[in-house]
Amino acid sequence: MHGRPRKASKPEEEAASAAKAVKLRSLQSQFMTYHHDKIYTKEAIELSTKLLEINPEAYTAWNYRKLAVEDSLSRIGPDPSLVKPILDEELRVVENALKQNFKSYGAWHHRKWVLSKGHSSTGNELKLLDKFQKLDSRNFHAWNYRRFVVELTNRSEQDELQYTDDMINNNFSNYSAWHNRSVLLSSLLANRADGFVPEKKIPDEYEIVHQAIFTDPDDQSGWFYHLWLLDQTVNVESPLLTSSWPSHGSSVILSGAGCFNGSPSNFTTFCSETGSFPLILYFDQAVGGVSSLTVTLDSELKGNENLVWEPISNKSSQVSCVWVARLNFSSQPCGSKDYKVKVRLGNSPGIVSSRGFNFSAPYEFVFTAHVHDPAKDSQERIVSWTDGFELWDAQSKDLNSLVTLGQLNAGIDLKWRQAAIDSEIECFRLLADSKIGKLTLARLLMASEAMMSDAAVKGVHYEEILQLYNDLMALDSSHHHYYKDEHSVAFLHKVTSSSESLSRYLFRYRDMNNLVCLRLNKLSLSRIASVNKLLFVQMLDLSHNELHSTEGLEAMQLLSCLNLSHNRIRSFSALDSLRHVKQLKVLDVSHNHIGKHSVDTTRYLCSSPLSNSDLSQDDVRRQNPGLVTKYWDAYFVLRDLNLKQLDIAGNEIAGDEFNSFVLQVVPKLVWLNGQKPGN
Amino acid sequence: MSSASSSQMGQLVADKHVRYILMAEKKKESLESVVMDHLRMNGAYWGLTTLDLLDKLGTVSEDEVVSWIMTCQHESGGFAGNTGHDPHILYTLSAVQILALFDKINILDVGKVSSYVAGLQNEDGSFSGDMWGEIDTRFSYIAICCLSILKCLDKINVEKAVEYIVSCKNLDGGFGCTPGAESHAGQIFCCVGALAITGSLHHVDKDLLGWWLCERQTKTGGLNGRPEKLPDVCYSWWVLSSLIMIDRVHWIDKAKLAKFILDCQDLDNGGISDRPEDAVDIFHTYFGVAGLSLLEYPGVKAIDPAYALPVDVINRIAFTK
Repeated sequence: MHGRPRKASKPEEEAASAAKAVKLRSLQSQFMTYHHDKIYTKEAIELSTKLLEINPEAYTAWNYRKLAVEDSLSRIGPDPSLVKPILDEELRVVENALKQNFKSYGAWHHRKWVLSKGHSSTGNELKLLDKFQKLDSRNFHAWNYRRFVVELTNRSEQDELQYTDDMINNNFSNYSAWHNRSVLLSSLLANRADGFVPEKKIPDEYEIVHQAIFTDPDDQSGWFYHLWLLDQTVNVESPLLTSSWPSHGSSVILSGAGCFNGSPSNFTTFCSETGSFPLILYFDQAVGGVSSLTVTLDSELKGNENLVWEPISNKSSQVSCVWVARLNFSSQPCGSKDYKVKVRLGNSPGIVSSRGFNFSAPYEFVFTAHVHDPAKDSQERIVSWTDGFELWDAQSKDLNSLVTLGQLNAGIDLKWRQAAIDSEIECFRLLADSKIGKLTLARLLMASEAMMSDAAVKGVHYEEILQLYNDLMALDSSHHHYYKDEHSVAFLHKVTSSSESLSRYLFRYRDMNNLVCLRLNKLSLSRIASVNKLLFVQMLDLSHNELHSTEGLEAMQLLSCLNLSHNRIRSFSALDSLRHVKQLKVLDVSHNHIGKHSVDTTRYLCSSPLSNSDLSQDDVRRQNPGLVTKYWDAYFVLRDLNLKQLDIAGNEIAGDEFNSFVLQVVPKLVWLNGQKPGN
Repeated sequence: MSSASSSQMGQLVADKHVRYILMAEKKKESLESVVMDHLRMNGAYWGLTTLDLLDKLGTVSEDEVVSWIMTCQHESGGFAGNTGHDPHILYTLSAVQILALFDKINILDVGKVSSYVAGLQNEDGSFSGDMWGEIDTRFSYIAICCLSILKCLDKINVEKAVEYIVSCKNLDGGFGCTPGAESHAGQIFCCVGALAITGSLHHVDKDLLGWWLCERQTKTGGLNGRPEKLPDVCYSWWVLSSLIMIDRVHWIDKAKLAKFILDCQDLDNGGISDRPEDAVDIFHTYFGVAGLSLLEYPGVKAIDPAYALPVDVINRIAFTK
């Protein structure tokens, strides 16, 4: 089926092939008769041998042979001198079949089946594998079989590591060898085997993989191994807290519905109809086990014992980078009292990463909550995204407390890591003309920024990183959008790297009592990033960009107004992450591409019956099954949001049928496309 | 470029492909047919799905196909690759998929078929292909896809099934057939598809896997299955559908890929091959057309990237109870 040239067959070829077909057909028929009648005579077994020689993919014949073997074994008893020739014959048949097609699943499985009967020729097996390796060093059937034999014979991981060494030294362009090396090495490191310490081994491995990458920068064999080494260098095993809201040292003003009383710094005013505010913990990797037992609260705000912590993830997952609990403040008397809240984690075990490592370094942060009177008049007004914005001056010390995070992870044996990154940067500067050189250098510089603690030097690499991604977009245009996304990520890291750079994008929105709005519009952003530094954001303008999904925004638990107009959103399923943002009241997705494309790239990243999640029925679904099927993603996403204002104009999907469907799904909507429905 | 446009590159000779498929179906005694006799059920699924994607499913005799399928069912409930062969999970899925195309799932004893499939789950969550015990994540996908279509997913331990699949995740973000096995686009499709259908895509590192997958695009525009291998039209499905399920398809050049697939057509006799100028077959014809569907090529119906069946078929099954 693969690699056969296309050519019209000549009459002689056709005749020969027709004759072969007749012969094979007759073999097959005869075989079937033997198989169905359970005939296991020598003659019958010979026939199956012939059949498998011609066609090793005829799986029923392998099944038949297993039955024949079991039949023979049941008759001759356990005497090894009688059993051995029977099993040896099977191994011979397999070897012949593999010569025909060394990718035959049936043949390899038959061999494993025979070996598992206790046939002790495992020494031969390794020799056979060497033969196949020479024929094709990338044959994954052979590598898998090797793993099977290694387990059977208890060969050590160190010996197998040496084998990958030999393979790689023979020919570095052997991805299969690099893959196996990664499996063995990560196991040896995880088990803290003799001499396998990361700070020694990882730098050694960099040396080894350099040969692969530098000899031929276009050969991918070493790329992914190098990326794994980088991951081992940058990412500490134990999970760390990267940010929280409220953050350490901040002051939060809390108010009930319809607040916006005009306080000096509306940066940290949070208004809630429910009388509670979110306490957000953002970890550097997905963790489980966050609960009132593992996170302790010391607070003067009454009614918050036994907090319920929830992961921001879909229902079938118990792990997440982001965890939220809701603290009640409505039962406090208002007025000018400041309530201190101290949050502690890491004192008792239980927070565990999905890779199995414990959150161990104890950490605590303290913030102050000031409970305010709610406003008397809670008239809702339509939010306009175009006027009423003023640049906000960034003198306030509040801003600093939000962006000084990042060094919650200080001190964990950073020395060898930073040295390794610096050394790699030096090396890859020598490869700066090639694609892999530029890409690796950009990644190394990003890693270096992430590990940088000295505030004076922080941010110095971003210009170079952005330039490298621009270079790559031109150099490797097939992967343009990969580099574009990375560019957007680096850009947002740069924006959030200091309070000075962030303040350029902070505005005040007059109509909401000078609420702070983060305006990141018209920046060609194709991807959202650095959300861990933007947890304070309540109003966000991402209009006129190139976003096709809201992936990442689920952590913005304070977000109440979001503008995504003039982007590249293709479906409501792409907005699935917003279902976690319970505060969201105002959403503008006008002038996007919703309804334009037949392919939905977020179809399975959205909870719905398609992914066997969210199977609940309600009246809308019962009464409009046709429309719910037609607009399934709009239905599932919108029904979970509590929107007051929605804009969908300028999308192919918009129209009378869809608009009236939306009003059924979101009955509490006050403005649709700038109008009050029913007007 | 966001979608393939027929005016800028070659044309899809859809009618020729339809003729090719219909003729291949009839040539039961050609050498190729006889050699592939044992996987005719897969071949039927590839051929019939292609016909449906080109809106020509009506050109076959539904009754003939359906009655032949039922002759392949065993007393165990599983289906064989062809009449007389042994049952196997591979052909059980294809049988169910074909019946879904014809909206004839109701002729099945769903309990029997689902019990056969569910019975192949092992203690560690993995699935065997048949009673002889070969384990492979392909079978995990097959079981999950099949039972989901039959709406019997609760007959297996989904949590353990997912756990086993996750244990086959590699350090490059990809997946192999068994724990520790090398990442391969076909296995990646199976694992990502199974995780998609069970709402478990949070186990995938989308950026890491997305980069590995997008680097399958070679200078020819075609996709290979793993590093330093030749491009092949069938990877237009496995790599492409995986990229779509994790929302990273924009990381490849879609127009270049569409052109590669179109260049693999036999413009005279119909059919699509693995590479330009190679011999065509039903397998690559299906994956080429399915790939073009994912690239939004005009005149091809939308295909679901996880179930590998037309979207209208899957939506009908998923949203009506």
